[in-house]
Amino acid sequence: MAIETMTSTPDQRGLKLARAILVVIVTGVVLWFAVRFLSEPSAFAGLPPTVSKLIQALIAIVVGVAGIWALFYAGNSIVEALPGRATQILRPYLFVLPAVAVVGLYLIYPTIGTVAQSFTVRPEGEAILYNYTEAFTDPDFLIILRNNVMWLIIVPAVAVVVGLVFAGLVDRIRLESLSKSFVFMPLAISFVGAAVIWQFVYAWKPEGQEQIGILNAFWVWVGGFLVDLGILESAEPVPWLLEMPTNNFALMAIMIWLQVGFAMVVLSAAIKGVPTELTEAARIDGATESQIFFRITIPSIKGALLVVYTTIAIAVLKVFDLIFVTTGGNLDSSVVAVEMVQQMFRFRNFGAAATMAVILLVAVIPIMIINLRNLREQGIGP
Amino acid sequence: MKNRTWLALLLVLGMVVAACGDGGSTDTTEPADDGGTTAPDDGDGGTTTPDDGGTTTPDDGAAGETGYEHLDQALAGDFDGTTVEVWAQWLPESVEATNFDAALQPFRDATGIDVNFQPTPDYETALQVAVDGGNAPDMAQIAQPGKMHQYADAGSLVALDFMNADKLSAEMTGAFFDLGHHNDTLYGVYYKTDVKSIVWYPVQAFADNGYEVPTTWDELIALSDQIIADGNGNPWCISIESQEADGWVATDWMEDILLRTAPPEIYEQWYNHEIPFNHPEVLEAADYMSDVWFTEDYAYGGNTYINATWIGETQDPMFAEGGPQCWMQKQAAWIPGFWGANRDFVADNPEAPQTEWPNVPGEDADYFYFPVIEEEFGTPALGAADMFVMFNDRPEVRALMEWLATPEGAQIWIEAGGFLSPLTTVPQEWYVYPNVGLSEIIANATTLGFDASDLMPAEVGAGTFWSGMIDWVAANGENTEEIFQEIEDSWPS
Repeated sequence: MAIETMTSTPDQRGLKLARAILVVIVTGVVLWFAVRFLSEPSAFAGLPPTVSKLIQALIAIVVGVAGIWALFYAGNSIVEALPGRATQILRPYLFVLPAVAVVGLYLIYPTIGTVAQSFTVRPEGEAILYNYTEAFTDPDFLIILRNNVMWLIIVPAVAVVVGLVFAGLVDRIRLESLSKSFVFMPLAISFVGAAVIWQFVYAWKPEGQEQIGILNAFWVWVGGFLVDLGILESAEPVPWLLEMPTNNFALMAIMIWLQVGFAMVVLSAAIKGVPTELTEAARIDGATESQIFFRITIPSIKGALLVVYTTIAIAVLKVFDLIFVTTGGNLDSSVVAVEMVQQMFRFRNFGAAATMAVILLVAVIPIMIINLRNLREQGIGP
Repeated sequence: MKNRTWLALLLVLGMVVAACGDGGSTDTTEPADDGGTTAPDDGDGGTTTPDDGGTTTPDDGAAGETGYEHLDQALAGDFDGTTVEVWAQWLPESVEATNFDAALQPFRDATGIDVNFQPTPDYETALQVAVDGGNAPDMAQIAQPGKMHQYADAGSLVALDFMNADKLSAEMTGAFFDLGHHNDTLYGVYYKTDVKSIVWYPVQAFADNGYEVPTTWDELIALSDQIIADGNGNPWCISIESQEADGWVATDWMEDILLRTAPPEIYEQWYNHEIPFNHPEVLEAADYMSDVWFTEDYAYGGNTYINATWIGETQDPMFAEGGPQCWMQKQAAWIPGFWGANRDFVADNPEAPQTEWPNVPGEDADYFYFPVIEEEFGTPALGAADMFVMFNDRPEVRALMEWLATPEGAQIWIEAGGFLSPLTTVPQEWYVYPNVGLSEIIANATTLGFDASDLMPAEVGAGTFWSGMIDWVAANGENTEEIFQEIEDSWPS
């Protein structure tokens, strides 16, 4: 943003400086009293807790917002009081630095702290890599890593393919927006909500009882016909979430269900962006629809495909709630994020939990790099 | 152009506020205080005087009445208008939460202290986060002694050395008094106990079929075979699915059997890991357990039912129309609230007395003592218990802690049912079914075993022991040695 240099006389500068210093002092005093007042419990005695909390929140918001505004204003005035060139150089930093500092405090500092913890929090006398050797020699953790790899390979691939097929098909039909919204809807459902819904889908009841899970109800019903026809010997309900490795695929299906909508929307937009001149020229040259789709559409939306793939891959690495709610990570269905929470909150192994966090972080980095590079190639990245 | 400057300023401001908001929200995990689950205020909260603890004056006459100093002061009205925040894992609106809140009311009425009870879902995590974030409640319930040791080690707890220890140790079952200690300092007061060594059975159906309550393990097995031979379905109702605590029912079985097949020292060495987790005595107990769990046709629905069915619904087939499909269920005294139609009824009418429930405890089904296996080890009982610990030291918190250590601290809950006190001074006539019998089981116990999985490190007791049992069930008990070796290997060094 271009900021006009204000030519000010030394007198005006002095006035501005004085005003700025006054604002700083007044703000400081007000903030000091506000904090004192808020931390004094007797200030609200006699009020119902809800009311006193509401008042506290209001004071905090008003004083906080006005205080920060005043400090920015004062800072701006001070910078403007400087000689013209210095003002121009310093002003952007004045506005950007606080935001950078806050991000650093809440993002970069904890990240560094976590990495440090993964090395330093260990039993006395153990080697510095203790947490890592423990993790990678634990057979349970190797199964967890195997699961994560399976999730990473299968979920984004299936979600992208299904989303692409749907986007390609839906492009031509009249009820496009309606059918799109149906596929898109799961995206609005939280992971915990989806997990609860799908627990009903996968529910198992002993043979002979009424199946309340739609999948088993359907399977027992169809299986019954097949048994009658002599095709199957028996059609018992399947405990989808209890059999290994079926449970892993059953869980992945939930994630795919959630992510297909996202893939479809982005890819559908990308397909619409393919110039019609290209497809029409191909059609005139006698290309079939599938040739157009595979030779023209897909190469043209390569960038969008990559974005969708990497975004879903990152979501997959973070998946936690789905598994925690459904199987709790039992029966070889756990992933790194679930294990991290268990280590942190149930077992209180801070070192092990930090190690899992670092492993996830390291796994995300290459995907982020691919993603950023791709965005930059398209000229929209940083 | 000046406008743009302001615009930029506002934008930056917005970013900072948003960033602050984001960061700030991470430590506001304390559940919203909506007051909905607490009893209404008694309205005299306007007279608060800040109390710094040191200025209380001795009372005239009332002192020494209860035997607890701060409680006496509180009853004299010294802390009128103060507030104490208490957390417990009993779910909001549950029978337990309702009863506990009701049980606190006499204290509120007598002292003017507003006890703000917050039943907290996802309890262990929520409490941990609150403690780590410096927002610990004044007082909290803890079910696992290991957690108490962790908090005490971390210096988060208030030592209860202000309490009259002689009085408490004289009035409380010794095992529970000892378990409240960390490094010889009292940190936790046990409030509520459970006896797990009981088996529920349908009374009328037993009588109709001429079945008798088994008193030995052999009789138990013989009865199981008899039920199958009579074509009466499966003898056992067993299942272990329990959301994020899947598997604990199985660990209870293991522990109860081990108490019956090995001397108490082995049990103690087992949870202290002075013997391997897969010690031969433990494997022997596992064999007894698989005789019930994995013998064909013994457990209703087989091993899939065990892993797939929520513990509140385990016994549904026992109350099936047309007679029981499964006949015996080993579960603690809380289970009658979940029988058949009781589940919905109790959820809608948490304060209705047991006698009004659709399936009346003691009539529709009753319990027998989980039989002795090897007579030389006497009649042990497996129990668990909830204690209260203090995170903040204020006189009114001390007073509440002392009050919870008196029989009156639980009287309303005891009389409502489903509550067994660790205090021996509770008048027997307060108890309702089935707790008279249960208090006898505790009194007659040659060994009182505390739930071992709660005493093991959490990695095992709430981790691999649970998940190992699930894997064991999934394999229909065919990999016993492998599973117990894996749990042994997982013991933290």
